[in-house]
Amino acid sequence: MKKRDMILTIIGIIALFGLAFFVQEEMDSYIRRIVNLCLVYAIIGLSMNLTNGFVGQFSLGQAGFMAIGAYTVGIFTVPVEYRENIFYAMPMNPAIADIELPLWAALILGGALAALFAFAIGTPVLRLRGDYLAVTTLGFSEIIRIWITNAQSITNGALGIKDIPPLNDVRYIFLVTVICFVFITLLVNSSYGRAFKAIREDEIAAEAMGINLFWHKNLAFMVSAFFAGIGGGLYGALLGTVDPKNFLFTLTYNFLLIIVLGGMGSITGSMLGAVIVTAGLEYLRFFDEPLMLFGMDIPLFRPGFRMVIFSVLLMVCVLFWRHGIMGTREFTWQKAIDFVKNPLGFIKRKGAAQ
Amino acid sequence: MEYFDAIANMSALSFAQHMVNGISLGSLYALIAIGYTMVYGILLMINFAHGDIVMMACYFAFFGITAFHIPWYFTFIITIILTAILGVLIERSAYRPLREAPKNSILISAIGASFLLENLANYLFSGRPMRFPDVPLLSQNISIGGIEIQAICLVIPVVTILSLVVLLHIVNHTKTGMAMRAVSKDYEIARVMGINIDNIISITFIIGSALAAIGAIMYGIRYPGITPMMGVMPGLKCFIAAVIGGIGNIKGAVLGGFILGLGEILIVAFFPDLSGYRDAFAFIVLIVILFYKPTGLLGEKTTEKV
Repeated sequence: MKKRDMILTIIGIIALFGLAFFVQEEMDSYIRRIVNLCLVYAIIGLSMNLTNGFVGQFSLGQAGFMAIGAYTVGIFTVPVEYRENIFYAMPMNPAIADIELPLWAALILGGALAALFAFAIGTPVLRLRGDYLAVTTLGFSEIIRIWITNAQSITNGALGIKDIPPLNDVRYIFLVTVICFVFITLLVNSSYGRAFKAIREDEIAAEAMGINLFWHKNLAFMVSAFFAGIGGGLYGALLGTVDPKNFLFTLTYNFLLIIVLGGMGSITGSMLGAVIVTAGLEYLRFFDEPLMLFGMDIPLFRPGFRMVIFSVLLMVCVLFWRHGIMGTREFTWQKAIDFVKNPLGFIKRKGAAQ
Repeated sequence: MEYFDAIANMSALSFAQHMVNGISLGSLYALIAIGYTMVYGILLMINFAHGDIVMMACYFAFFGITAFHIPWYFTFIITIILTAILGVLIERSAYRPLREAPKNSILISAIGASFLLENLANYLFSGRPMRFPDVPLLSQNISIGGIEIQAICLVIPVVTILSLVVLLHIVNHTKTGMAMRAVSKDYEIARVMGINIDNIISITFIIGSALAAIGAIMYGIRYPGITPMMGVMPGLKCFIAAVIGGIGNIKGAVLGGFILGLGEILIVAFFPDLSGYRDAFAFIVLIVILFYKPTGLLGEKTTEKV
């Protein structure tokens, strides 16, 4: 990285940090909530892009890893004195009933548990390819949810955990997002990252070049699960309550849309996709409300319409715009400067290059 | 030890009851699994939307009987036709444009199609569970030698075996079937030999969806609660059944369906503690099978080429 780019990146992050401060202090709680959700979705979208976009292993287990992180935060950050009321149907397992952790520790623990679980299932599962891997990871994310529903003394089963100390601090979540962003960028640009991309392009050729397929796939899977766990923990803290129904496998499809829209294999694309999808889903809420136009009730608008549009969007994206916004390219300062200096010429050259 | 006691204490009567339940569930899985295995054999993709096609077929039959008051036998025929049309429609709009695209794009498109059907059903029919109407004769309970069973339990295996015989005849002894086998053996060469690939793929989807509709109707009579998400779990399990038997192999899909259906019912019967983990059983079987016999029980050996 050039010195200029490094300085610009740092300035950019500081500017965004300032923006986060501004949102925290000046904006109302609705805006704060959307910004928080964008950041959390960006973390999980990035983590999913690592396995799906960079290593080319199609995994659909993100909802399960999120559930592990969210429940770890839920179980360990709820104040001890509330627990008796929350676990009224079945008392909490005495081994964990008195342990209370601060949020950051619970987040890291949740990420670590998710990574551990990813390691345990990755060993058999990552030998599978393509479609099989997708189905099996989807299955495991459902199995996690089934286990959570059944393990009542630990997770309070189907009742969920309420009264998690709410987190409504944009700066905190922004900081975690930056750490995740920097870590994944460094990882992708390291020799590991080059190995990941080699596996994506051609597994057999990569193996012939001496890349240990099993170890690299497993590493990516674990890092991905770790950040999905942290993202899930933040998600749980943001909602203030966790419930097995929050982590249906359909939750994973949100992140699938984010990485397809942003571009599979582009870090900045995932960030962009996360913002567009989250904010878009939020602002499309009016589709679910009944709509009166000129005194007439438009029957099209009723609950569920938003999700129909959402799924059509996913289809349109993959059918007509397969590379998404960024493809496998990244945002670079050089391109941005070229654009600012000569917008028309930049677009022309870009068109010529394609 | 207590489990062994439980098995010893289980009377022959209740064992027979569980066997009947298991065989009828296995037959349903087999019918749906055939659709997965045929599509995979030809296009090398999971038709993620197949489970949701089952769901839509249930709704078609439901509305035919309750809203339009069509006699049930006509409703079932209309349902099969509508479902076949739906299957072809999905193939045309979601899979055909991506035929030359990378495999991951097709997979995402299939997931999108499945998600769209679920959301569409949720939007059009509301998420509230509806009760599949009772069908004369089939929904009644009858008692044979002391065990109470629903009449449909006896019909399901018979219909499944009949469908299988017809299907095997089509695949093995007709010109269309020969073309289907050729396409699944080598897509490119079949095209060069003058086989109309698009037609063959459409026919595959028609057959798969029609069998799914037959399965869906019987599933609805057997398990009457229908919801927009009802197709997801059976869909995943039937895909697993197809993989266990050896993907691309029709007899294998049926074998896999029976293994999963019987296994699921018997595990819950023998170990009632594990009933919450009933849905996990299929995935564990999948992992074990892929570990020891990656091409499935009846699958052919393949080697990976560069």
